[in-house]
Amino acid sequence: MKFAIALFAPPHAPSSRRALRFAEAVLAGGHEINRLFFYQDGVHNASGNVVTPQDEPDLPAQWRAFVERHKLDAVVCIAAALRRGVLDAQEAQRYGRTAIAVTPPWELSGLGQLHEAAQQADRLVCFGGV
Amino acid sequence: MAKSMLIVSRHSPWSGLGAREALDIALAGGAFELPIGMLFLDDGVFQLLPGQQPAALEQKDLAANLQALPLFGVEDLYVCRQSLRLRGLDGQPLALPATPLEGPELADLFDRYDLVITL
Repeated sequence: MKFAIALFAPPHAPSSRRALRFAEAVLAGGHEINRLFFYQDGVHNASGNVVTPQDEPDLPAQWRAFVERHKLDAVVCIAAALRRGVLDAQEAQRYGRTAIAVTPPWELSGLGQLHEAAQQADRLVCFGGV
Repeated sequence: MAKSMLIVSRHSPWSGLGAREALDIALAGGAFELPIGMLFLDDGVFQLLPGQQPAALEQKDLAANLQALPLFGVEDLYVCRQSLRLRGLDGQPLALPATPLEGPELADLFDRYDLVITL
């Protein structure tokens, strides 16, 4: 079965850990993830600038490792990311900002990517919506 | 055939980004001509009150974006009647023509949609 997974909560929220464990279970169960889409405060999970205390799970690092290991399509909503200062090199240059938080394989793109993924997947599973 | 999506909007318009970011999903879906419905639930019903004065909070007016829903083809709008009643708003005029639903009608609504996103 093909899953689209959307995450709306920040790295320190329990939903982010649940989303990652669910995504791991999806692949471990022989299913497919057609896209990860991070929206709202979920965009911080794609940030390379989050510094997690050493004795706590580093969700942004775990997400990155997961995405890289499985070569997933991983999209961060550009509008949500800009508002929260989670920029890639191109957007940092466009808006004259120094901090770059998002690097490949993460990609900043629009909400159309969420709809496209939801249309093409067998299931859309959302985490962190309240 | 495109899958239908119900967006459940549970945040008041001035409590942060929740309402705006839920609306943006609806408008994006409408722009792609997808069958989108929107349910205003819990504090989300406050989005439907007319005559708000967001400038007093140095906020942009969400109402203008809400009015864009029909222009984007999002015309299936619903509001939870119990949420209205609990906030003393039942029977008040609403800024958008949202159909009031409650109890089993809400369960039927969720059943009718292929996809549900709650924000």
